Amino acid sequence: MSIKRRDFLKTAAGSSLLLAAGTSTAWGASAQDELPPKALGILYDSNLCIGCQACMTACKRANDMPAEHSGPNSIWDNPLDLSAKTLNIIKMYTSGEEQAFVKRQCMHCLEPACAAACPVSALRKDPETGVVTYDKDACIGCRYCQIACPYNVPKFEWDDPFPQIQKCQLCDHLYDQGRYAACCEACPTGASLFGPVKDLQEEAQRRLLMEPGRYYEFPVNHIQKGSAVRHRAKAYVDHIYGAQELGGTQVMLLAGTDFQNLGLPELKATSYVRDLEGISKGLYKYMLYPVAALGGLLYVVKKRGGHDERP
Amino acid sequence: MAEARPAGGRVLTVPFVIGIAVILIAGIYMAKRFIYGLGPVTGMNDGFPWGLWIAYDVNVGTAFACGGYAMAVLIYIFNRFEYSPLLKPAILTSMFGYILGGFSVFIDIGRYWQMHNVFLPWHANVHSALFEVALCIATYCLVLLIEFAPVVFKRYPIKDLETKLNRILFVFVALGMLLPTMHQSSLGSLMVLAGAKLSPLWWSKLLPLFFLMAAMLLGYAIVIFETSLSSLRFNTPHELKIVRRLSSIVPWVLGVFILMRIQDINAQGALGLAFQGDLAGNMFLIEMGLMLVGLLLIALPGNRQDPTKVLWSALCILLGVGLYRFNAYIIGYDPGNGWHYFPAVGELMITLGIIAVEILGYLWIVKRFPVLALPERPQRA
Ligand code: SF4
Ligand code: SF4
Ligand code: SF4
Repeated sequence: MSIKRRDFLKTAAGSSLLLAAGTSTAWGASAQDELPPKALGILYDSNLCIGCQACMTACKRANDMPAEHSGPNSIWDNPLDLSAKTLNIIKMYTSGEEQAFVKRQCMHCLEPACAAACPVSALRKDPETGVVTYDKDACIGCRYCQIACPYNVPKFEWDDPFPQIQKCQLCDHLYDQGRYAACCEACPTGASLFGPVKDLQEEAQRRLLMEPGRYYEFPVNHIQKGSAVRHRAKAYVDHIYGAQELGGTQVMLLAGTDFQNLGLPELKATSYVRDLEGISKGLYKYMLYPVAALGGLLYVVKKRGGHDERP
Repeated sequence: MAEARPAGGRVLTVPFVIGIAVILIAGIYMAKRFIYGLGPVTGMNDGFPWGLWIAYDVNVGTAFACGGYAMAVLIYIFNRFEYSPLLKPAILTSMFGYILGGFSVFIDIGRYWQMHNVFLPWHANVHSALFEVALCIATYCLVLLIEFAPVVFKRYPIKDLETKLNRILFVFVALGMLLPTMHQSSLGSLMVLAGAKLSPLWWSKLLPLFFLMAAMLLGYAIVIFETSLSSLRFNTPHELKIVRRLSSIVPWVLGVFILMRIQDINAQGALGLAFQGDLAGNMFLIEMGLMLVGLLLIALPGNRQDPTKVLWSALCILLGVGLYRFNAYIIGYDPGNGWHYFPAVGELMITLGIIAVEILGYLWIVKRFPVLALPERPQRA
């Protein structure tokens, strides 16, 4: 998001609401600076979701994923959580009268810990679209990506002698056919909305300014190519999840209840990837220190006789 | 003057046979792992993708195997050649620890038939701490084999090769100090990415430094422990004298380590977590308690004259610092969502099998090859 547009938003709305929103939903510095040029993402709006799970069926079909039978007599697909068979899941949170849906999938982080962790670059962030992809022919199955992902997204095929990691790749295999994320293609209400991250960010800001109870147009399926429907706006929690969590994500969520209720962790604004980068830069100064150290060691050892006998 | 010679004695003792039985059982579970996958043999899951094999065999095991590293640093960097009789036995245990740590990785990784990808430049991710660990450990295994080769040549001399090797050995000795410094700290860096999933009792920006210090401490402690034990078993009084001096270094490193850790946790405002009475808090207290007891036992110079106090101290340090490393990988790690982990029988048996290989291998080699510095006349032929 450019400075210009942010200024525009501030002056255009000019309301105290937006200023309040500005403190909690301002994009993290890294999210603005490092958005890939053609960043694609999803905006999931819990307030629009009706829990029909059309996205889950579409996801399975688009990615050739098997059904998951939880429980002894289940005959249909009924996953309990993300797994190596389920890349996308709709869950419901209830507490007294309150209920809310949440969609879990890979967040396509702007600074993905999984890709930073992977020793063989099997997980990569596409420099154009920012989609975090997986290459099974590179993967050695070390599962460090699972340790590193703050959202526990990558899943491993534990019961297979030739296992792989499974995770949502934002349906990047469909783009060539002019298609996009199957979950968004299938969503009837616009709760799962696909598009360029910049547009989705703007749309999310717009929704946070809506007056609850009034009718608004909501884009459906694809923010640029899709149609629109009219819904009555519900009250939102004043936070765009993914705007600044660990440097920001390309999949973002809006909701009417606390995100912690929906199982999304509370995270700081700078990523652990940056923390680690800072540490290793200081430590190794890009391989310079190790090489200098080796030179020093060679000198010392050589001078002192070369092996363990007293010179 | 004591000189390195084979300890001699029967190899096929009763404990040795029991060890072989353990290794065979481990072999069966290993076969099962390769036929059915990791799930049926281990307690690991999507919440705890790393279990005993990484947290113990690799993470703690290679640190226990830092004796060769710690002694080399002392001898070459601090110019303390009086310690050199301890180097060869230390390198031997390091060799077993590292090679078997590498073997555990092979069993643990899911797509082992592609493990060479780590060494292919177009796949390698040079920014990954795990890449560094993998590369350094693989290289260090080779270095250890070469460092140990002169001992084998003493029994099976190949004249030319031996002199040639001696001329370039200094390169490997130097590498043998550089590589562990890098990967032992990287084993700590690894967990920086675990981020909010790792309790602040262990998560820290100083993880690489802490893990390096832990490796040093474990290196010295294991040398002290082993040497004291083998002096009892094989009667090597000369080594015992050196151990006494060695144990005067340990309290300094350990004291600084404990203070830095407490200060670091305090800076994160997380010291309260230690007293919550939950598993992580209690394990933290046990870990710290063991280290403190180990410290107190040898902090006073008078105590260092007492071989049993030194031995107990070394044992406390091994357990305490080893537990620190284990906790930072498993106990302090909480992915949320109700996931939990406990090692399965097969997983446990494979780890026991690997430990058995280490012990049996060590015994066989010191009995047949000139490793230990024994007095003029060997006790038994
Ligand atoms: S959510 Fe996890 S798997 Fe997805 S990009 Fe981020 S770190 Fe990687
Ligand atoms: S399991 Fe595969 S994708 Fe994940 S970090 Fe290891 S090599 Fe990379
Ligand atoms: S983008 Fe594709 S793979 Fe990802 S959740 Fe949606 S349908 Fe599934």
